[in-house]
Amino acid sequence: MIVGLYVVVYAAVLVALTGCIARAVQYARTPLHLRWELYPVPHEASERVEHGGSYFEESDWWQKPSHFNLWGELKFMIPEMVFLKGLWEFNRKLWFRSFPFHFGLYLLIGTVVLVAFGEALAPVYVVTGATGAALAILGALALLVRRLTDSRLRIYTAPADYFNLVFFVVALSALGAGCLAKPAELTLPALLRGMATFDTTLRIPGLLEAGILLCALLAAYIPLTHMSHFIAKWFTYHHVRWDDKANYKAEAMQKKIAEYLSYRPGWAAAHMLTGKTWAEIATANPWEGAKK
Amino acid sequence: MNKDPRLSDMSRRDREPLVHLENKDLMPLPAPLDSPEKDHEWTPLSEQTRERYECGLDDTCAVNVPQPKTKEEEDELVRKFLSGLEKLFTREGNWTFLQPLLLTMEHCARCQTCSEACHIFEASGRNEYYRPTYRSEIMRRLYFKYVKDGGGGLISAWQHGDIELNWPLVARLIELSYRCNLCRRCAQTCPIGADNGLVAHELRKLFSQEMGIAAKELHESGSVLQLKVGSSTGMNSIVVRDNIDFIDEDVAEKTGMDIKTPWDVEGADVLLIHNAGEIMAWPENPGAFAVILTAAGIKWTLSSELAAYDGINYGLWYDDAQFARVAIKHAQAAKKLGAKKIVIGECGHAHKALSVIADRVLTGDLNIPRESSMTLLREIVMSGRLKLDPARNDFPVTLHDPCNLVRLMGVVEPQREIVRKICPQFREMEPHGVDNYCCGGGSGFAIMSGNNFQDWRFHVSGRKKLQQVLNAFSDCLDPSIPKYLCAPCSNCKGQLRDLLAYYNIWETNRILYGGLVELIVNAMVDVKPGFLEWEWH
Repeated sequence: MIVGLYVVVYAAVLVALTGCIARAVQYARTPLHLRWELYPVPHEASERVEHGGSYFEESDWWQKPSHFNLWGELKFMIPEMVFLKGLWEFNRKLWFRSFPFHFGLYLLIGTVVLVAFGEALAPVYVVTGATGAALAILGALALLVRRLTDSRLRIYTAPADYFNLVFFVVALSALGAGCLAKPAELTLPALLRGMATFDTTLRIPGLLEAGILLCALLAAYIPLTHMSHFIAKWFTYHHVRWDDKANYKAEAMQKKIAEYLSYRPGWAAAHMLTGKTWAEIATANPWEGAKK
Repeated sequence: MNKDPRLSDMSRRDREPLVHLENKDLMPLPAPLDSPEKDHEWTPLSEQTRERYECGLDDTCAVNVPQPKTKEEEDELVRKFLSGLEKLFTREGNWTFLQPLLLTMEHCARCQTCSEACHIFEASGRNEYYRPTYRSEIMRRLYFKYVKDGGGGLISAWQHGDIELNWPLVARLIELSYRCNLCRRCAQTCPIGADNGLVAHELRKLFSQEMGIAAKELHESGSVLQLKVGSSTGMNSIVVRDNIDFIDEDVAEKTGMDIKTPWDVEGADVLLIHNAGEIMAWPENPGAFAVILTAAGIKWTLSSELAAYDGINYGLWYDDAQFARVAIKHAQAAKKLGAKKIVIGECGHAHKALSVIADRVLTGDLNIPRESSMTLLREIVMSGRLKLDPARNDFPVTLHDPCNLVRLMGVVEPQREIVRKICPQFREMEPHGVDNYCCGGGSGFAIMSGNNFQDWRFHVSGRKKLQQVLNAFSDCLDPSIPKYLCAPCSNCKGQLRDLLAYYNIWETNRILYGGLVELIVNAMVDVKPGFLEWEWH
């Protein structure tokens, strides 16, 4: 029985990591796209970040040193990642449901790390674990209730959206209840050590085993869904919204673009000159010399 | 109004429009338009249009797609749509936007945070079909069903939701892709970074690049005409030079300065590219540019090369190939003259098109530096090269932020610094800067007026801006006080002209719209007083 649990947990971790990496690689391998930034861009010079300005506000900007304001990015990213600042600003009602859920998950992940340091940290990880589980379960329930009761959301909701939230509630509840009901001699560090060393002598109560199993399956499932937005967000912010890299005398960028311009897109409308490359299409003028 | 809107409504086979708006449904406006009765009645779509074209979405029709005559024709159109949908998600077909599109398709949480930011959704009285995620969710389900999950199936439907693809859905989606200003205010608020504006943009591309379907004003009378004769206004290089000569004479007389716009000067420091619509509709704008650049001693020129005397680039809104063709023409003209930089006149989309979006189209020596006229003007004004008397502009002024220039390019402060310096009664609209609202004419709507489309853009897409303008001047709405709405963008001015005229705002409240350079010249001490003409035009 315990071996079966280990196999599932290890397989789930593997699937989760592979899924995350595959998704990140999928996006990273897409071509460099045309610029599509949205201001404010927080890595701009600090005097411009406040009002959302760009280097285009400077005369002869291409002759000026380029800016990368790391502190500006961090000032944006940290509150966004930890406190969901954007949601607080633009959708306060949802924040009161979504923040506990996400923050609860952060606390649970942090708890696993703390448990790895041993029983000395028990006073801390018990608090973070209990708080994290409570916040995540309550948050997931609140999100589920909103999705079930808000008619504006209903038509945009697929069955899996309900399932995902139920999955979180059930898995985390089982894990939480399992931890509460486990015998005192089975400490969390001992449990983690046992799992890490594939200790087949370890005895785990049924409820806790079910909680671990469900959480492992949940971890494997997330990267297969839109819930892997923690990966997407890196790209949507750093590679789209904030990608203001200029192409002026940028040789590496121009090399990539030269490759893309050799692609044959094959669009079928007459003006798209089907069969030609992007370079040929973009430099052709099918109407030059034609009468008005 | 349909009380129970669903995504499946888009596939309905009857031709009854899904949306019908009444004035009472719309977002209320402030005084003097503070009751639905004071609003205009909508012009109904003609029966002939409804019978000939696909008008199954709402009260208007932007694209005029002819109704297919047979089932076979319908099936062929659906097949083409699917073929285009697949190409949108290949690197060969859509390297230009594949990454942001994939991210938006695969990670929207449907939380609806974006909806609250959309002026069209809000102004329509929160009509579900205009919710920014409605269009995107249709596209998303089609993507998962037909592209990602290869034909769908139960698991795909369970995970992503189902959708029935048929010709009525495609026809309605064509129209729905033209109910978004592409202002991307929604994208700014998305916690994940999904972009509904991009979805509308990509749908328009699919229809144009694969099916040859686009709004006539953007394609046939827009980018095609520009590539054919040189300008979407229809002016060839001879006509445009004649018109500029006339403007020079007029402005010289009005200002008392000797003005001669230079053409095709090799090695100029600045190649200025106007939106040619200014030359036709607001000649005082290129005239004012000529006054300022001449007085400041700038070595500048216009180009008479094909497409290079018109900064518009409508491809930005619907077609990557048309976009690239025009952008390359602009760069080639600058290269031919050996101009040190291109400066873009008062046109928001021309700014974004050439400075931002075209940046990764223009490679090698075609990547000639491009600069905003706002920046150059700020430098001139702040340098003290012009003698300016703010007392000449002592009337209430507010500033409209063109989305393309501000939220999408980050040129926020230069125009403000100028207005603060020369307009003692300047006041901001709320919100402003990168949080601004679109004028309602963005993405081509300002030049689209087929059928009764203007009614839609005045009642719905322009409504939020009208509210902002009236609020900005709420302390001085009395018609005895002339007021100036500064909009440094040709398309925005077109929309504001039509919007203010529709609601008779000039007559009732004396709000005039105009550009930035006109305000600067109006304040120039070396120019005869009264450059601004307080009359409606």
